[in-house]
Amino acid sequence: MSAVTAPPAVDLPAEPRVNYLNSTYGLKSWLLTRDHKRIALLYLASVTVFFFLGGLFAVLIRLELLTPAGDLVQSETYNKLFTMHGVVMVFFFLIPAIPAVLGNFLIPMMIGAKDLAFPRLNLLSWYIYVGGGLFTLWSIVHGGVDTGWTFYTPYSTTYSNSHVIVTAVGIFITGFSSILTGLNFIVTIHTMRAPGLTWFRLPLFVWSHYATSLIMVLGTPVIAVTILMVGVERLFHLGIFDPRLGGDPILFQHLFWFYSHPAVYIMVLPAMGVVSELVTTFSRKNIFGYKFVAFSSMAIAVLSFLVWGHHMFVSGQSVYAGLIFSILSFLVAIPSAVKVFNWTATMYKGSISYRTPMLYAFGFIGLFTIGGLTGMFLAAIGLDVHVHDTYFIVAHFHYIMVGGTIMAYMGGIHYWWPKISGKLYPEGWARFSALVIFVGFNLTFFPQFILGYLGMPRRYHAYPEEFQVLNVMSSAGASILGVGYVVPLIYLIWSMRYGKAASANPWGSTGLEWDTPSPPPTENFAVTPVVTGDPYQYSPEEVEVVG
Amino acid sequence: MRETFPLFPQEASTLAPRVDALYFYLIAVTIFFSLLIALSILYFAIKYRRRSESELPHGVEGSLKLEIAWSVIPLLITFSFFIWGASIFFAMNRPPSDAIEISVVAKQWMWKFQHADGQREINELHVPLGQAVKLTMASEDVIHSFYVPAFRMKRDVLPGKVATYWFEATRPGRYHLFCAEYCGTKHSGMIGWVEVMDPVDFQSWLAGGTGSESLASAGAKLFAQHACNTCHRPDSLARGPNLEGLFGKKVQLQDGRTIVADESYIRESIVMPNAKTVAGFQPIMPTFQGLISEEGLLQLVAYVKSLSKAAPSPEGVAPPLSKSRGQTPQGSAPASVQEPPRSEAKK
Repeated sequence: MSAVTAPPAVDLPAEPRVNYLNSTYGLKSWLLTRDHKRIALLYLASVTVFFFLGGLFAVLIRLELLTPAGDLVQSETYNKLFTMHGVVMVFFFLIPAIPAVLGNFLIPMMIGAKDLAFPRLNLLSWYIYVGGGLFTLWSIVHGGVDTGWTFYTPYSTTYSNSHVIVTAVGIFITGFSSILTGLNFIVTIHTMRAPGLTWFRLPLFVWSHYATSLIMVLGTPVIAVTILMVGVERLFHLGIFDPRLGGDPILFQHLFWFYSHPAVYIMVLPAMGVVSELVTTFSRKNIFGYKFVAFSSMAIAVLSFLVWGHHMFVSGQSVYAGLIFSILSFLVAIPSAVKVFNWTATMYKGSISYRTPMLYAFGFIGLFTIGGLTGMFLAAIGLDVHVHDTYFIVAHFHYIMVGGTIMAYMGGIHYWWPKISGKLYPEGWARFSALVIFVGFNLTFFPQFILGYLGMPRRYHAYPEEFQVLNVMSSAGASILGVGYVVPLIYLIWSMRYGKAASANPWGSTGLEWDTPSPPPTENFAVTPVVTGDPYQYSPEEVEVVG
Repeated sequence: MRETFPLFPQEASTLAPRVDALYFYLIAVTIFFSLLIALSILYFAIKYRRRSESELPHGVEGSLKLEIAWSVIPLLITFSFFIWGASIFFAMNRPPSDAIEISVVAKQWMWKFQHADGQREINELHVPLGQAVKLTMASEDVIHSFYVPAFRMKRDVLPGKVATYWFEATRPGRYHLFCAEYCGTKHSGMIGWVEVMDPVDFQSWLAGGTGSESLASAGAKLFAQHACNTCHRPDSLARGPNLEGLFGKKVQLQDGRTIVADESYIRESIVMPNAKTVAGFQPIMPTFQGLISEEGLLQLVAYVKSLSKAAPSPEGVAPPLSKSRGQTPQGSAPASVQEPPRSEAKK
């Protein structure tokens, strides 16, 4: 336990205690709050809405693909469904999910601060997010958009008859929320660490959010400018991307992926941070190779900006550019592999508990390993030519996004639920749904690797008959996966009222956030803690982590 | 007939076995590392399971040796992926010089083909077995992607550019042709077949077609119809570069750059003549954008290419203005050059 000279954590007293949830009441106290924990809950509610909305689109997609013929919905509708699924899930769920919910809630507590550096900016970024979300919802209600979440030109600027501009404005606005959150995290981590909390005593969750924040701040402006140019070309016919107007459609792809590949790491780096916390807590072990795990986050953040061209191997970019992007893409795999090996090694000689968050961590490591290794297939340039734009890609990135990010998100929500709500979730139901999610996920997405190598292109409303069996398997898996996500929604809401009261530190974790009552008081800590040791010191004697 | 539940695609080109070999290598590595991680986790999870709520295990120091090992070994393995993948990619981008050429125009939502001797097809492409085939592809509207899974080959077809794709079929049969880049409402309907035929059958299929004129001669007609030969001529009255022997040669541009005169450059020079003006000439050529269809542009490209095949010039930099040899292109009758695409697919 990291030695902390703060008042000893009191177990929850029977009489009502003032905490961040009950300190003030009323809608206004929530909508005008500057408490990072309340803002995190605002985000939790809004990303959950978007998650189930995006999930609804996925349900319709999988229902349509049960049969080879395009018979459930029309092509136009189908195209809108996969577009809205992508837009909602990427921009309104995956990118904000872990940073804006768990990051917001935990970073100040993990560093022993009372709040983020800019509490008002934090609230503003939630409003911006909601504003962008409303634009997107407006476009959905009024007929949706059919360009794919990638908005490839000249289709999006000249040929599509759907609500491209409104959706693009929604994404443009939401981007600022991302930038402000990133900025807030960077400043907070630099300036507000508790006395004694040096950089190498930071929990890895904080390191990974620091790396994520750098990408948010540096990358998001690029997508903003790109979307702006799509709007300008669409509205005013200024030739930027459409060759008929003198533009270059490949330029769009360069700009789009210059943000959107790093964006993948905005989604997965925070997930890696969560898993580092879960593995250490539920193994009661110091992390194996702390500095390697911390620096691998930074290496990923830097390299992520140098690999965008691997989305364009068949676009006609120069052969040599393709080769350079191929080798750089292999390089970015190494820090990810380092993390996986270190998590595994952390369990060695540990005391391993099978509580729900750890089950999600097991799931994450396994699925992320497959997702990462199939990424090698795509970086191998001569092989990518075959599987590019097929279901192989779809399977690969869902292993990263769903198998990785959402697994970690679910694990994190369960792990910190006692801290967030002050209540324990029902362990049996939670284990059951974690298992259901794991099984449903693999049944949904593993067949898609085979489909992709067979050559089934993505974004197909109708498909040749020989692909049906694998598609039916995938749809069956999706229905199981859907159940797996609905069950936690129910029991988590249930537990807020009926769950058993949680103690300050139900897991016996060493993190600073567990050194304050559950739920924490508004100011987090009654007395600013002083940190005197490394994180994750579970063993009674001092251990030196060789770096 | 087609299997009802295939798990692996047919191999029908010279490239396919090479791609599949790399695929199997990657699968082997993937299985190895996935099992390594999964079994380690399983083993640790069972062996070191928590036996009492109060147990506190000893800490374990990190290991620099291990960190180096699991960074460097994967790195070396990825280099082998890279080199293998790159060698296939080079082959994919180097069509053999003896390949027969077919022009492809993609539009929402169909594939239009024209063989060198003029035979046209829609959504069906007949090709000979054991003969390299090079496709010269352009798009009329948005980005499409020409994808034949059995050939393991895919290439985006872009508006405003000419893309090339090649394959050598190794098995007779009918293979799926897909559009792989999302292109709008009927994207999933932009599919067709590639029929690989015995070369003898292919020749008789070609001969049985309605003998429209060859790509190059259709291009020659367009060349005359648009009076291109007023300026592009080999004599001293030329106001534009001579096109004979131009194809595939290096060209010195007005701005000092040197580029290779490939299909994309020729196409671009017709629709956007002033984008890359040849050194020694004035940017006086008008644009033909909108005046010549995408198919017409590919015919003109084929014609310009044919000028190089007839009179091969010596290797090296083609002089921007050659006043020596060659005949002026003879456009016979103006005629109706652009016939609408015929949709009957020949069997």
